[in-house]
Amino acid sequence: MSLLLEIRDLHVEALGEDGRWHEIVGGVSVTLERSRVLGLIGESGAGKSTLGLAALGYARRGVRLARGSIRLDGEELLGAPYERLREIRGRRVTYVAQSAAAAFNPAFRIEDQCIEAAVAHGLMDEAEARAEARRLFAKLRLPDPETFGRRYPHQVSGGQLQRAMTVMALVPRPDLVVFDEPTTALDVTTQIEVLAAIKTAIEGEDLAAIYITHDLALVVQIAHRILVLKDGRAVEEGETSEILERPRQPYTRALVHLRRRFRPERPRPAEPPLLEVRGVEAAYGAVRVLEDVDLALWRGRTVAVVGESGSGKTTLARVVTGLLPPRRGEVRLDGRPLQPSYRRRSRDDLRRIQLVYQMPDVALNPRQTVEEIVGRPLTFYFDVRGTARRRRVEELLDAVELPASFADRYPAELSGGQKQRVAIARALAAEPEVMICDEVTSALDVQVADAVLALLLELQARTGIAYLYITHDLATVKAIADEIVVMLRGRVVESGPKSEVLAPPHHPYTELLLSSVPEMETGWLDRILRRRGHRAAPVAGNAPAEAGRMP
Amino acid sequence: MHPIVALIARRLALGVLSLWAVSLLIFAGTEILPGDVAEAMLGQSATPEAVAAIRRELGLDRPAWERYLDWLAGMLRGDLGTSYANRMPVVALVGDRLANTLFLASVAAAVAVPLAILLGIVAVRWRETPVDRLLSAMTLSAISMPEFFVGYALIFLFAVTWPLASPIAAVHPGMALPDRLAAVALPVVTLAFVTVAHMMRMTRAAILNVMESPYIETAELKGLARTRIVLRHALPNALSPIINVVVINLAYLVVGVVVVEVVFVYPGLGQLMVDAVAKRDVPLVQACGMIFAATYVLLNLTADVLAILTNPRLRHPR
Repeated sequence: MSLLLEIRDLHVEALGEDGRWHEIVGGVSVTLERSRVLGLIGESGAGKSTLGLAALGYARRGVRLARGSIRLDGEELLGAPYERLREIRGRRVTYVAQSAAAAFNPAFRIEDQCIEAAVAHGLMDEAEARAEARRLFAKLRLPDPETFGRRYPHQVSGGQLQRAMTVMALVPRPDLVVFDEPTTALDVTTQIEVLAAIKTAIEGEDLAAIYITHDLALVVQIAHRILVLKDGRAVEEGETSEILERPRQPYTRALVHLRRRFRPERPRPAEPPLLEVRGVEAAYGAVRVLEDVDLALWRGRTVAVVGESGSGKTTLARVVTGLLPPRRGEVRLDGRPLQPSYRRRSRDDLRRIQLVYQMPDVALNPRQTVEEIVGRPLTFYFDVRGTARRRRVEELLDAVELPASFADRYPAELSGGQKQRVAIARALAAEPEVMICDEVTSALDVQVADAVLALLLELQARTGIAYLYITHDLATVKAIADEIVVMLRGRVVESGPKSEVLAPPHHPYTELLLSSVPEMETGWLDRILRRRGHRAAPVAGNAPAEAGRMP
Repeated sequence: MHPIVALIARRLALGVLSLWAVSLLIFAGTEILPGDVAEAMLGQSATPEAVAAIRRELGLDRPAWERYLDWLAGMLRGDLGTSYANRMPVVALVGDRLANTLFLASVAAAVAVPLAILLGIVAVRWRETPVDRLLSAMTLSAISMPEFFVGYALIFLFAVTWPLASPIAAVHPGMALPDRLAAVALPVVTLAFVTVAHMMRMTRAAILNVMESPYIETAELKGLARTRIVLRHALPNALSPIINVVVINLAYLVVGVVVVEVVFVYPGLGQLMVDAVAKRDVPLVQACGMIFAATYVLLNLTADVLAILTNPRLRHPR
């Protein structure tokens, strides 16, 4: 086999706010042969995208390929003239971006964008390119391949658009495709459809690929070799099976073992539930988003609410907290009905239910110090001020495993995981009995997310707090839940203790969700597709209405 | 019904509503204008009896709301009233002047708008090169110079030093188009000087803003030529802000050119209105005010509608 791409000792630098160049990729080497797939894995900021774009001789604004060598079929790309790079980009090397929704030009029809590179480079005439695009639309199982491309990007679902982006990358028949986190922005059930589509697309087309992701379980389904990146350096490289079975570096080992966390289920207590949602129906204007939802949460336990985006999970949280008064039904705390709107709830009722948001970046006031953020509920609920408040803030920071000195910092000075810990400390400050966690780990890197989950479990063991844990990630559910509520299009389709919901027979939708969680073994994707007969899998994308008909 | 039709209908209704609100404001504004038309007309001979007689003759002794409704009804019929100063119908007074103003504005726009957009695109295409920096420096100086200064400088250069054009933009009815164009050459250049700078900078900023989008990176990674990326991928998505700034400048060309009219002694609507205010010729002031307001409303309405039409999400709903 011949060497298609050879990156040697590549150093990439980014322009810092101080006006100096800082190294963000330090001496990474990559080799890739034809018809092979290389997985690039690492956390955000590890330099994965930078390295992937370097394969096209491209660096974003404020970034430069400083030194080293990038050879495509022996031709040096680093330092090559712009016009030469233009001939390679979109013709020999193509790129699939993380968010197809942002990477498609909103002003043009999908097919016109899919054929643009091939026609502009003179590889085919327009009719040939259209025929090729339609062949690939069909191959990637997009609906109505003949007419699909006439739609505008906003007229199709996220999963469809991501597949269309793959078509865009394949139409010029490149030698190398760089897939940059192509499924990260998608729901779990859509994600494996797109992954399967990419896999079939690569297999038949005689091309090499670089597949970038932060999810090891995904990349092992598709990659022959894996390169692990951390802080801009290659930590480990090897054949996929080697990395999975015999990870040598501690960092790789941590990645491999991440998803293995599992909390044994605890028996349901005999006492009445602490929090009860009964027959709740809620709507935004004329759009009904919750219908007849029931839920019960016992003291010191965790209920996981599972479903895809648009299933009504967050709306349920808004109803429980009183942010959105329900149209019908009620929320009971300790057997007593709560006022529908938070405006009319007593201060003590407000204190007992706290909410932690998905995005810590926007949930913390950037102009307040951590002390003010965490101290505010202390003053509001307990009238604690001055040095007593400072002392309590430091205790709370300690409880979320942050140093006391963080009290004087501003959110901008914290990492994503640290911000989420501050948000948890703020919720804990109220000494709540119920904490609603709305996708609290989904914006975090896997390792950081794992540490936050461990913290939540530890806090529960210590304080007996109950969690209403909203997520779309079943791995997280396995790790922390006692009970599971599965939601689909605003309804509860299945609920009960974890062991019952996770054991067959399942509701078909639960089955689809469960089987869509990638497992850390190489043959998982092929097996699951075979089991679904590959025909039953949803073609229509991630709209819950469509997913609901499946399988 | 297509959602766009509904949207446009709503904007139209809002436009009519704002015009009505403006009519109230203008009427109220002329009511509280200091001075009295009767006294202004009579000057030294303003005996109380004469003043009262004139006020009765002009209908000024009637309550304000009655006069407002009369005026509004008249406008709906196309009757703008009668000038206090020379007893001529306002429509006749305004007609020629409005045509002159619109002529100057259209010629200036025909020069300025394409030039500004072209220069904006050039600046983006050769961003951060000497071309871009030169354009930026030139437009910044153009914006910083007051229009009367530009006007007099042009007169000094092209009418006095090198007598190529007339310093006075005298036009009269029945003038042939080439003569007209020659007459307005200097005011057109003055107006273009000021508006091109503004429109060009905003065009550049609007396209550059779009150039930061991920889909521009997609286009670059397709290996497309830079000019094609700017024209085909960035420009269509920057149209809405560009249309807005163009329209603001068009409105300025109609409404805000009094200073240039004075410098070049051009018989436009702006001068007419300033004279009318000095003479307390209320019907004429009101008519000019309404015309200016209608221009603004109409142009902004056009901008809104065009912005809607350039949005693919609205043109092609799911």
